[in-house]
Amino acid sequence: MLQFLVRRLLLMFPVLMGILLVTFTITRLVKGSPCYVMLGERATVDACNDFNRRYGLDKSLPEQFVRYMGNIAQGDFGISIKDRRPITTIIAERLPMTFELTILAMLFASTFGVLLGVISALNRNSLIDSLTMIGANMGVSMPVFWLGLLLAYFFALVLKGTPFALPPSSRLSAGMSLVPLAKTWGLVDLTGIRAFLLALISNSAILNGLITGNFPLVLDAFKHLILPATAVGTISLSVIARMTRSSLLDVLDQDYIRAARAKGLPYRRVISHHALRNALIPIVTIIGIQTGSLLGGAVLTETIFSLPGVGSRMVEAILGRDYPVVQGFSVVIASVFVLSNLLVDASYAYLDPRIRLK
Amino acid sequence: MSDSVPKLSAEPIAGRDIPTLQALRRLFRHRSAQLGMFILGVLIICAIFAERIAPYDPIVPLKEGKRRDTPCIHLFGCPLDRTQHLMGIDGNSRDLFSRVIFGARLSLQIGVSTISFAIVIGGLLGALAGFVGGWLDDLIMRSLDVLMAFPSLLLAIAIVAVLGPGLINALLAIAIIQIPIYARVVRASVLSVKELDFVAASRALGASEMRILFSRILPNALTPLIVQGTLGIATAILSAAALSFLGLGAEFPTPEWGLMLGEERNSVFNAPHLVFFPGFAIMLTVLSFNLLGDGLRDALDPRLSQVIK
Repeated sequence: MLQFLVRRLLLMFPVLMGILLVTFTITRLVKGSPCYVMLGERATVDACNDFNRRYGLDKSLPEQFVRYMGNIAQGDFGISIKDRRPITTIIAERLPMTFELTILAMLFASTFGVLLGVISALNRNSLIDSLTMIGANMGVSMPVFWLGLLLAYFFALVLKGTPFALPPSSRLSAGMSLVPLAKTWGLVDLTGIRAFLLALISNSAILNGLITGNFPLVLDAFKHLILPATAVGTISLSVIARMTRSSLLDVLDQDYIRAARAKGLPYRRVISHHALRNALIPIVTIIGIQTGSLLGGAVLTETIFSLPGVGSRMVEAILGRDYPVVQGFSVVIASVFVLSNLLVDASYAYLDPRIRLK
Repeated sequence: MSDSVPKLSAEPIAGRDIPTLQALRRLFRHRSAQLGMFILGVLIICAIFAERIAPYDPIVPLKEGKRRDTPCIHLFGCPLDRTQHLMGIDGNSRDLFSRVIFGARLSLQIGVSTISFAIVIGGLLGALAGFVGGWLDDLIMRSLDVLMAFPSLLLAIAIVAVLGPGLINALLAIAIIQIPIYARVVRASVLSVKELDFVAASRALGASEMRILFSRILPNALTPLIVQGTLGIATAILSAAALSFLGLGAEFPTPEWGLMLGEERNSVFNAPHLVFFPGFAIMLTVLSFNLLGDGLRDALDPRLSQVIK
């Protein structure tokens, strides 16, 4: 297992190099120099030369690339052209929000997806089954941004004044604020990777609130995430429900299920211990694959619900030709993507001892 | 004695023995495929006869009528002295129903054109990779793997940023992000039949490599391509709508569903119908392709449908 993980982690490097190369090329192909975008009216030839020198844009492309890779190896992702702040700081600000959203959406999608799939499979061809599958088909076909807007309309306007009303935008209610953990614990002079990790935890409203015991903050952050997470998670929920249903139906026809039933085991136990466990592998695969589409959906959802996450910042950076931000964020997003695939593969061995990891 | 000789069937080569017809029959019996084809049929009619069906011009603003007015349907009790607008009036004083109808034409074109492009390019790359093999296979497939390491929508946004916003560039971006899927499908089919006897027989008969690839090997990739392509059209329409929603695709005043949603997203609280109808149209279209794709998969690949039921 350990050997497998190490090998796969090492194999990630060529993929990450490829990702770096692709983003590097894409950002260099973008029409319009960042100088004109950033300086606007003030962009004279001199000012632009100055600008390019400051950000190393006057060097040849291969040199820029090698230099960039060297910096990344040292944990330096560069400085945002737009607001002159280190990319790592921006990532530490934006990533926790997107993680919270993605994890919540994934939890929502897998819990209800598996549940609906199991109910559907156990009541094959019944009314519940048909309704669930029609719903799942519609869920896959919905545009995330449409669902998000409808949810916002329904929960923020139609249900306004009822206990079910939910906030349609932003991360925290007015008056709520996140106090950085570094400040609470007097660790302001921390630097390097430790400061980065601390910032990551501290910028996650939910984690921050839980650690400092600020439960109103946790509740508020959670409430603001319900609608976006539902919107992002619905497609995955439908995909997971369909996969669970077909995978479970497949397993339920096998002889060993009949044997377990014949042995007199209670039905519940047969389903939970014999059928579901064997049906889980394709389900876990699909859950892993969905992580990518969740990240994509997060871009749209963050825009609709005005959430300060990675996706919305990435779109901003692409449109503003902010090369370093685009590159840094791409590497982070792609790594998360690749890592989640790795986790899926590793989980196979746990779920099915017959699978040996090589 | 002659009576006991079994009679030969009068229809030895009846239609039911031809695989294509069998598949078609299975498709028409498939319940979700029926629904998919029905919705798609309605959409195609809307697309072809958009000028006849739409009561107003989709682009020119109306002379009378309030901006963002609610739907007025005479059949449902809307006073007769008000002009009928089935889906209301949008923020630029245009009849929403007419725009949605014209949007069907655009969306179908978007889906079919991007996927055709992706199938041709991806198919050629995949066929080349599978047929030639060796370093070329590695080069092509590993490059496409890198493309797949990004969440597809983000990659599409990045490509649009390179090419500049606009519908054509957005379509190109969507086609590019779909290429790896078709390359994989075709490569897999090529690999599965490349070493079989009928290919060797063709080669022994002196067929050229080109002929072997295009008339012996590639037809085997047709089934998975049709299924994947149909489902791909659904994804393409969704992605195009998403790009337009973000302001990176179709531009004002094009009647594109995603753009219509994007233009009115801030008025969702006071004119929800302007957000509801275009999104509902997107959902119906995507749904029809998804249902049809599922049906095609079951109909064209009987082995699979037996497993899934």
